[in-house]
Amino acid sequence: MSLYFLCFILFSVGLYCVLRKRNIIKIIIGIAIIEYAVNMFLILIGYRMNGRAPILEKGQAITNMVDPLPQAMVLTTIVIGLALVFILVALAIRIYEKYGTFDITKIRRLNG
Amino acid sequence: MKLLILFTVIPLLGAFLTALSGSLLKKHINLIANCSTVFLFAVSLKAAQLVSAHKVIVYKMSGWSFPLGILLVADGFSVFLLVIVNLICFLISIYSISFMHNYTGKWKFYSLFMLMLAGLNGVILSGDLFNLYVFLEIASICAYTLVAFGIEAEQLEASFKYAIMGALASILILLGIGLLYSYTSTLNMADMALVLSGKPQGYLIGFVSVLFLAGFGLKAALVPFHAWLPDAYSAAPTPVSAVFSGVFVKTLGIYALSRIFFNIIGISDKLLQIFVALGIISMVVGAVLALSQSNIKRMLAYSSISQVGYIVFALGIGTPLALLGAIFHVFNHATAKSLLFFNAGSIEHAVGTNDLDKLGGLNSKLPLTSGSTLIGAMSISGIPPFAGFWSKLIIIIAAVQAGYIGLSAVAVLVSIVTLIYYLKLLNNSFFGKPKEYPAAIKEPPLTMKFSMIVLAAVCLFAGLLLLSPARNFLTQAVDVLSSGIKYKDILFGALK
Repeated sequence: MSLYFLCFILFSVGLYCVLRKRNIIKIIIGIAIIEYAVNMFLILIGYRMNGRAPILEKGQAITNMVDPLPQAMVLTTIVIGLALVFILVALAIRIYEKYGTFDITKIRRLNG
Repeated sequence: MKLLILFTVIPLLGAFLTALSGSLLKKHINLIANCSTVFLFAVSLKAAQLVSAHKVIVYKMSGWSFPLGILLVADGFSVFLLVIVNLICFLISIYSISFMHNYTGKWKFYSLFMLMLAGLNGVILSGDLFNLYVFLEIASICAYTLVAFGIEAEQLEASFKYAIMGALASILILLGIGLLYSYTSTLNMADMALVLSGKPQGYLIGFVSVLFLAGFGLKAALVPFHAWLPDAYSAAPTPVSAVFSGVFVKTLGIYALSRIFFNIIGISDKLLQIFVALGIISMVVGAVLALSQSNIKRMLAYSSISQVGYIVFALGIGTPLALLGAIFHVFNHATAKSLLFFNAGSIEHAVGTNDLDKLGGLNSKLPLTSGSTLIGAMSISGIPPFAGFWSKLIIIIAAVQAGYIGLSAVAVLVSIVTLIYYLKLLNNSFFGKPKEYPAAIKEPPLTMKFSMIVLAAVCLFAGLLLLSPARNFLTQAVDVLSSGIKYKDILFGALK
């Protein structure tokens, strides 16, 4: 239970970072932290107390294994997260070239 | 049915080949994309025909048996959207041939465009919740990049804003999927519906519903979550705006929302009321904000929010007639709004600006653009012979029948407001005093004209879809939605 709680705290830290920070690099870090929190949550969903790795060997019974499916999901989301952070950082670099600042409050030519 | 895998494989292959031969083919790089989108449109029509015969067709990826593997499922609703997506994307790939001449790196545009199409088709066909998320991310990441395609300051800013909000939405969706997986131990949509129907609807389902509403609501740009949309639409290159408002928002937002809530979780009265509330708010706020815009693309963007509000409102009423209205309005809005974005692009191509204050008197110089803008605008604001009138009429009749009399009056009022701002658009750009323009104004090249004429014809004649033989195309989509969680039984029947 405490693991889930820690996971939730990590999520909240990321969310705070996205919502409150003014530096766009910090916002990107916040997005990455939220993603790690959700990935961790997915791993926790499939975890069993004292479970073993889900590798099927000859002669071994399928007992007390952790669920391998969330692990496969997490592998996929890590790759997606990588692509996303890539794009965000590339955008941040370009934004710095155009605006000369990382401050989100000064990057305001549009009025949503 | 092997046909279904083509919808994701062909655009992926097209994107790959386009990226590979970018420096080889140079100017003619669009050929690969054009050929594949034409082919996909033909295949989607074939799929529609097959679905009307078999009701639902299923493809098992790599031959894994049912609960283990990933399924691609095409039923009436998904085939309906497939046809729209592939029609619009085909026309956009034709339109972009000459439009994208002004940009460098044409092959990058086409490569990203094809990847996005793969994502959209994947979202529509996926029968597996996590797979839906993966395709959704493919489409979204391409969308963030395409918004920033011109690398101007405004475009980068819009793209960053959109990317951060979109990333948060995707994470909420993933969290919801994880929670549902832990509750049901399955990711297959039909299997999940089966497990959920046997379990009590506790707080968890409510929490997951909120996560999905926020996540997909942001993708659909419903009003509390709409802030990214006007910036992204007005900054993106015009063909990309046309994809966004024509199909992107509908696939990622409305399709995914209604698939999950109607067919998997099962719709409840509370959820329907939330849909009605979100729909009405989006409708009103979008229309009011559109009134004061002076940039054509921004105006069209706010109008999109308003029209998506109509669709969600109709989904929220939930009677079969209202669902028919919602489905038909999806079709009409996709065609008419793409047409209007094409026309905005044509004006931009001819004059170099989209600012209403700097335009005027273009009617004699751009007769085709003027005519097709008139058709698109009249269709969206619901003037009788055009298709948009029929869908709005159906929605309003359904609202009155379901007892939402006050809200149907609001819908009519918003329709009038829509007419007002489209008249403003027409008046300021095509009529009135001609302004000084730097260069000679020409009608757009043939490829752009082709897309505009086709869509204008669709807007004119789409009302005929309500007549008997073609009506099946709409009603089979409505049947899927109104069958609710019986979706799983239909799918299990097809798997046997």
